Amino acid sequence: MEFQTLRWELADGVLTLTLNRPEVLNAVNDRMAEELLDALRRAARDPEVRSVILTGAGRAFCSGQDLRERAAGEVSYAQHIRTRYAPVILQLQGLEKPVVAAVNGVAAGAGASLALACDLRVASEEASFLQAFTRIGLVPDSGATFFLPRLVGLGKAFEMCYLAEAVPAEEALRLGLVNWVVPGPELMAKAREVAGRLATGPTRAYGLTKRALLRNLRADLATALDYEAMLQDAAGRTEDHREGVQAFLEKRPPRYTGR
Amino acid sequence: MEFQNILIQVDGQVATIRLNRPKVLNALNGQTMDELCQALDGFEVDPEVRVVVLTGDERAFAAGADIGEFAGVTPVGMLEGPRGKRWERIRAFPKPLIAAVSGYCLGGGCELAMACDIIVASETARFGQPEINLGILPGAGGTQRLPRAVGKHRAMEMILTGRHISAQQAYEWGLVNRVVPPEALLDEAYALAREIASKAPVAVRLAKAAVLKSLDTPLEVGLDYERRLFALAFGTEDKEEGVRAFLEKRKPVFQGR
Repeated sequence: MEFQTLRWELADGVLTLTLNRPEVLNAVNDRMAEELLDALRRAARDPEVRSVILTGAGRAFCSGQDLRERAAGEVSYAQHIRTRYAPVILQLQGLEKPVVAAVNGVAAGAGASLALACDLRVASEEASFLQAFTRIGLVPDSGATFFLPRLVGLGKAFEMCYLAEAVPAEEALRLGLVNWVVPGPELMAKAREVAGRLATGPTRAYGLTKRALLRNLRADLATALDYEAMLQDAAGRTEDHREGVQAFLEKRPPRYTGR
Repeated sequence: MEFQNILIQVDGQVATIRLNRPKVLNALNGQTMDELCQALDGFEVDPEVRVVVLTGDERAFAAGADIGEFAGVTPVGMLEGPRGKRWERIRAFPKPLIAAVSGYCLGGGCELAMACDIIVASETARFGQPEINLGILPGAGGTQRLPRAVGKHRAMEMILTGRHISAQQAYEWGLVNRVVPPEALLDEAYALAREIASKAPVAVRLAKAAVLKSLDTPLEVGLDYERRLFALAFGTEDKEEGVRAFLEKRKPVFQGR
């Protein structure tokens, strides 16, 4: 793949997308936002991709918006967020395959939002999460105010957004902001273990599960029950469902193909 | 019947018309509209068919008219052409029409969906009247049916800006009956179709006519119309069966007579 700001590596069904501007702590410029959107769209279409890892090159996961690029004669902030960040965040959440963030270092501002928009988060001991926006007199964006209260509760979300202090990995684990914390050198092994396991699973069922969980965050119980019922019919028609039942009856491990 | 641009299927009492020009997102050219009208002609007189489901494919219900056919057309050509007659054919179809909409439902596609009686939308559906971007305006009922569906101000916004709205927005605005996952779209449309097909067909037909009348007539005239149709239903065998079954606490068996 011909990306300049990303690395695309596909192996055994696991796509590893690496934000690759280490010299600026993987700050997001227009090019990176575009490439990330493009990569996520390809990942959605490519049947070889059955799970995704999002990580950063070098010592940071992603330091957020590249402020140098922003300074040059600019359209409105709102326009920038709508055209650059919102599509990426929506694509991450709309990608019907498991997405694991491997947070290798600081995840700040929009960079934190990228990690929060993933389904699961593995963090290295060196990782930290920083809602840096209010430090420069801005509001958290790219979904931070949506994801944070849902992941850590409103009180902690206020604390993180108001005080804008880095939350270290161990505390992030305690808060439920990340799923696992491992020593730095073991980060990618752990991410590959999780994503690899998911890549051999029933991809369609995972995708529908993702859709149900995300949608039903905002639904009442009756609507949620109805939505699950409709998705169950869809899942029930997959080859993987038949294989799962067959394997169960034959007392053997299932061999899922993602169809 | 040999169709090139649509696919026809009849399953029990429910017929399906599938717009089938995926390469052009089911753009509604003259031939497609003619085929659609021919199919409706057939279903109108087929007593086995009680409900018709109209659908496209996953990417598009119909993305609009075939714009190529607009180039060079004069006002007189537009007025005297077959367009009006085709759309009138759809409007006058007396049995329930259910639109099952996935993907783009724009321009003539949106007008076609609105000409149906019920719209079931997939979460992926996008509705809009983008004609203004071509220097024209909706010409197949859009300016009349959209305000009736969503109200004047919302219709104005859509028609004057040409912007699309999402399925969820369409639901909140009352343009569609329900929004379901793409995988469940046809299940949901057929469940509705079968339920309606199980009712007394003559009463269904009269009810459709009465509801449509309500949209373009003063209340007094509409109520009078309804009373006459109501009385007419009393001449059917199905009315006797329906009332008897209710009193006997059993399920009615309607014959369509």
